[in-house]
Amino acid sequence: MIALPAPKPEILARREEIVAALRALVPGDGVISDATRLKPYETDGLAAYRQVPLAVVLPRTTEQVAAVLRYCHGNGVRVVPRGAGTSLSGGALPMADAVVVGLMRMNRIIDIDLDDRFAVVEAGVTNIGITNAVSGDGFFYAPDPSSQLACMIGGNVMMNSGGAHCLKYGVTANNLLGVKFVTIEGEVIDIGGAHLDAAGYDWLGLITGSEGQLGMVTEVTVRILRGPEGARAMLAAFKGTEIAGAAVDAIIASGIIPVALEFMDKPCIHACEAFAHAGYPLDAEAMLIIEVEGSTEEQDELLARIKAICERFDPISLKVAESAEQSLAIWKGRKGAFGAVGRISPDYLCMDGTIPTSELPFVLKRIGEMSTQYGLAVANVFHAGDGNLHPLIMFDANDPDSFRRAESFGADILRLCVEVGGCLTGEHGVGVEKRDLMNVQFTARELDQQRAIKTAFDPQWLLNPSKVFPLEGDPVPQAAE
Amino acid sequence: MTGNAETMLAPPDEAGIAAAVSAAHAAREPIAVEGNGSKRGLLRPVQAARTLSTRGLTGITLYRPAELVLSARAGTPIPEIEAALAEKGQHLIAEPPDTRALFGSDRPATLGGIVAANLSGPRRIAWGAMRDHVLGIRFVNGAGEVLRSGGRVLKNVTGLDLCKLLAGSYGTLGVMTEVTLKVLPAPQTQATIGVRVADVAAGVRALAAGLGSPYGVSGAALVPAGASPGGPAETVAFLRIADFAPSVAYRTARLAEDLAPHGEVRIAEEAESRALWAAIRDALPLGPSAEEAVWRVSVRPSAGPGVVEAARAIGGRAFLDWGGGLAWVAGPARAEAHDAIAAAAAASGGTCTLFRAPESLRLAVAVLPEEAPPLAAIARRVKAALDPAGILNPGRMRAGF
Ligand SMILES: Cc1cc2nc3c(=O)[nH]c(=O)nc-3n(C[C@H](O)[C@H](O)[C@H](O)COP(=O)(O)OP(=O)(O)OC[C@H]3O[C@@H](n4cnc5c(N)ncnc54)[C@H](O)[C@@H]3O)c2cc1C
Ligand SMILES: Cc1cc2nc3c(=O)[nH]c(=O)nc-3n(C[C@H](O)[C@H](O)[C@H](O)COP(=O)(O)OP(=O)(O)OC[C@H]3O[C@@H](n4cnc5c(N)ncnc54)[C@H](O)[C@@H]3O)c2cc1C
Repeated sequence: MIALPAPKPEILARREEIVAALRALVPGDGVISDATRLKPYETDGLAAYRQVPLAVVLPRTTEQVAAVLRYCHGNGVRVVPRGAGTSLSGGALPMADAVVVGLMRMNRIIDIDLDDRFAVVEAGVTNIGITNAVSGDGFFYAPDPSSQLACMIGGNVMMNSGGAHCLKYGVTANNLLGVKFVTIEGEVIDIGGAHLDAAGYDWLGLITGSEGQLGMVTEVTVRILRGPEGARAMLAAFKGTEIAGAAVDAIIASGIIPVALEFMDKPCIHACEAFAHAGYPLDAEAMLIIEVEGSTEEQDELLARIKAICERFDPISLKVAESAEQSLAIWKGRKGAFGAVGRISPDYLCMDGTIPTSELPFVLKRIGEMSTQYGLAVANVFHAGDGNLHPLIMFDANDPDSFRRAESFGADILRLCVEVGGCLTGEHGVGVEKRDLMNVQFTARELDQQRAIKTAFDPQWLLNPSKVFPLEGDPVPQAAE
Repeated sequence: MTGNAETMLAPPDEAGIAAAVSAAHAAREPIAVEGNGSKRGLLRPVQAARTLSTRGLTGITLYRPAELVLSARAGTPIPEIEAALAEKGQHLIAEPPDTRALFGSDRPATLGGIVAANLSGPRRIAWGAMRDHVLGIRFVNGAGEVLRSGGRVLKNVTGLDLCKLLAGSYGTLGVMTEVTLKVLPAPQTQATIGVRVADVAAGVRALAAGLGSPYGVSGAALVPAGASPGGPAETVAFLRIADFAPSVAYRTARLAEDLAPHGEVRIAEEAESRALWAAIRDALPLGPSAEEAVWRVSVRPSAGPGVVEAARAIGGRAFLDWGGGLAWVAGPARAEAHDAIAAAAAASGGTCTLFRAPESLRLAVAVLPEEAPPLAAIARRVKAALDPAGILNPGRMRAGF
C-alpha cells in the first residue's frame, strides 16, 4: 500500500468551524459533512484506496469555487479537486484533513460556436456531453476516453486524458483552447480563449495534465471538429505478438494514419470474446482492430491497402467490416474489455505505461514471465499506434497478499516501461498510485524543478496533497507521523 | 542587444551549455540565448554582454519512422530535419514557417529556435501547433542544471509538462539542448480550391464552410485584394486537401461543389498548391518593405476580418490563415499603429505579437499583450523557479522580466 501522511490534528479539531464557514460560502445543500453522505466520495476509480474526507463542497459557480479556495488558503486547509471520480490512479482520493471540492454541479454548456468551431462548457460537463451537444450538426469533441459517459471535462483537462482515437486526433491537450482557472488564493484567471495561439507562456499546456496540483478549472473551451463522412473497422489476427507488431509498423510505414489501431493479446481476446461474442479468433496470439475514416469508397480503398499489408504477415484471420453494424460488432469486444476482464476477475489493476512500439514483443514477453512469477493472470490491451499499454492485472481483493502482489507486479511493469525508453503513465496520471515510482523516471533535480513550479502556484502545498510527488521531497513539511 | 553582443559562446555540446549557464548564474550576468541568431528583430532586444548559442549542438540523435518520433540536438537546422523526414516520406506536423525571406536572414532556423518561438504554419488549423508535437526536451535551466521533461514516446502524462511551458518561452526559462518531436507521414499529394469571394467576411465564411465539412481541410487561408504590393486585385479564399491521390481527387471535387455558392471556384493541382502554401506559410504575400513592422495576430476565425480592417485603417495590409484565425499584418512601424492592431486583437479576446520591427518600436511598446496581474505574479514566480538569478534573455518578452 502507498503511504498517506497523517492528517493535521489541528485541522481535524476545527472541523465544525470549517464546515460552518464553507456553508456560508456555498449555501443550500452545497456542503456535505455527515458520514453517510460523505461515504460515496471516499474513493475514485482506484477503489483499493479509501479515505473519507473532512467535508465535500459542491459549488455551482466559479465565484463559489474561488471563495472556497480563498478560505482554504487563508486557513491552511487542504483541497482535493474532484470531477466524476473515475481516476484510475487515485488522483481524486480524499484525505482525512482535506475538503473535496467537486464540480459535478457545474454542468452547463455555456456557448457553442459552429462557425468558429469551439464550445465553452463548465468543468462538470461530461466528456460525451460535449459531443452530444454538437453531434446533431455533425460535429464532435475528439478525445474519447472509455469512461466518456461519466468522466468530466475538468477531470480530462487535469489528467490530459486520451482515447481510442488519439493517434489521429490527439489527446486532451491538443484539443483545448482555453480554461477559466482559479488559483488557491481565489484569483480567477482566463487563460486562452477561442483563438489558437497563446502570446507568451503556454499556461494552458502547463495546466493540462497537472492533476489538480496547480489550481482548479471551472470552465473549459474546447475545439470541436466536423466528423468524417463515415468510419469502418477491420480485425486482423496473428500467430505471434512480434508478427502483429511488425504489421503495425508496416501499416504506419505505408503512410496510412488509421484513426484507431488497437492491440489485444490472447488472454484479452478470450475475455472479450466470452463477454461480447464478437467473433474474435480464439487461436490467435494477438489481434488488431484498425479503423479508418472517409467516404465509403475511401474506406474501401484504405481497408484494402491495410488488408494487403496484413496479408504479408501470415494472418490467422482478416475480417473487414462491410457495414457500420459489422464495425460496431468488431469494436464491441474492445470497448467492453475492462468489463470483460471484470467478469473473469472481480478485481483488477489497470496499468498504463507507454513504451516505444518496437519494444512491444520484449515487453509482452517479460510481462508474461512476471505473471508466472507473481502467480497472477494478466490481459493486455494496448493502443498500438502510440505504445500506450494497458495490462490488466487480476487479483482477489479479499486476499491482502494477492493485492500486495498485484501492486508489486504493476510497479515492475512500469519500471520495465521506463527501462525500455517509455514512461510511467500514458493517460491515467500519476495520482497516488505511481507517486513513489516518480524517482524511477526522473532525477531528484528534475522532481525538485517540478516541485518548484508547483510552489509558484501553490506556495503552501494545499492542492491535492500526497499525489504526484514522492512525499520525502515536499518543500512544505507534512504533519508528523 | 543580441546583434552587438560582445561575446558569443557556441559550445559544441550540452555540457558546454550547462557550464556557460552555471558561470553566468554564479556571476549573476545576463545572457542572450539564441539558436542560429536568425531573429535579431525578435520581440524585445536583450541587454546582455554575452550571447550563448546552441548552434554548435547539431545532429539528429534518433529517428524511428515506424514509431513516428525524431530527436535532434537543439541547434540542428530545420532544413536538415525536413530533409531526413522527406527521405522516409514524413514531415514536421506543424509546418513551421521559414522566415528567412521575410527577415532577410541567410541562416536557417534551428529546431530549438522554432520550438522556443512555438512557430507553426498553415497545417496548425488541422494538425496542431509546434508545441503539440514536442514529446520531450532536454534543457539547461537558469541555474545551469541539465534536466529532462517528457520523453520519446507518443503518450506521456508523467509529471508536469515542462515541454509545453518551454515551447514558446523564447529562451527565458531554459536553454533547450535536445528536442524530441512526434512526426507523421506526409500526404501523398495535395490540391487547393481557390474561391473568388466578394470581400474578406465572405471569404472567412467560405473557409468556415470548408473547415466545417467532412473533407479534412488541412489549410484555410484568405488573401484579400491588395494584401500584396503589386499582388492580385481579387480576394481569394484557399482551401487545401492533402491525402492519398484518390481521396484528394474525390474530396476536392466534393468540396468545390459545396463551395460554389461562395464564389467562382478554381482548383490548383499539386505543384501549384505546394508553392501556394509555402508562400502562405512564410508570410510572403505581405512582402513588407524594410521599414515596415510585421504583426502576427491570433483571434477567433470570425474576428479575422476585423483585424484586416484595422490593418487597412493604419495604412497597412493583412492576409489571413487558420480559417481567419491568424492574421499576418504589415504596416507602418509606429506606436499608434501597434496599439491599433493590439486593440483589434484584444477586442475579440485574441492575442497579438509584434513580429518584426525596428528596435526603437520594440523597446517602446508591449510586444506581447500584458498578462492579468494574478497571472503576471505567477509568471514571475515560475520564472524564478526556473531561472532564479534572472539571467536568461532578460527583457526578451516583457520589459523588466
Ligand atoms: C472504466 C474506465 C475507463 C477509462 N478509460 C480511460 C481512457 O480510455 N483514457 C483515459 O485517458 N482515461 C481513462 N480513464 C481514467 C479517467 O476516466 C480519466 O482520468 C478522467 O479524465 C477522469 O475524469 P473525472 O471527471 O472522473 O476526474 P476525477 O477522477 O474526479 O479527477 C481526476 C483528477 O483531476 C483532478 N480534478 C478533477 N476535476 C478538476 C477540476 N475541475 N479542477 C482541478 N482539478 C480537477 C482531481 O483532483 C484528480 O486529480 C478510465 C477510467 C475508468 C474508470
Ligand atoms: C515574434 C517573432 C519575431 C521574429 N522576428 C524575426 C526577425 O526579426 N528576424 C528573423 O530572422 N527571424 C525572426 N523570427 C523568426 C524566428 O526567430 C525564426 O524563424 C526562428 O524561431 C529562429 O530560429 P533560430 O534557430 O535562429 O532561433 P533564434 O532566432 O536564435 O531564437 C529564437 C528564440 O528562441 C530562443 N532559443 C533559441 N534556441 C533555444 C534553445 N535551444 N533553448 C531555448 N531557447 C532557445 C532564443 O532565445 C529566442 O528567444 C521571429 C519569430 C517570432 C516568433
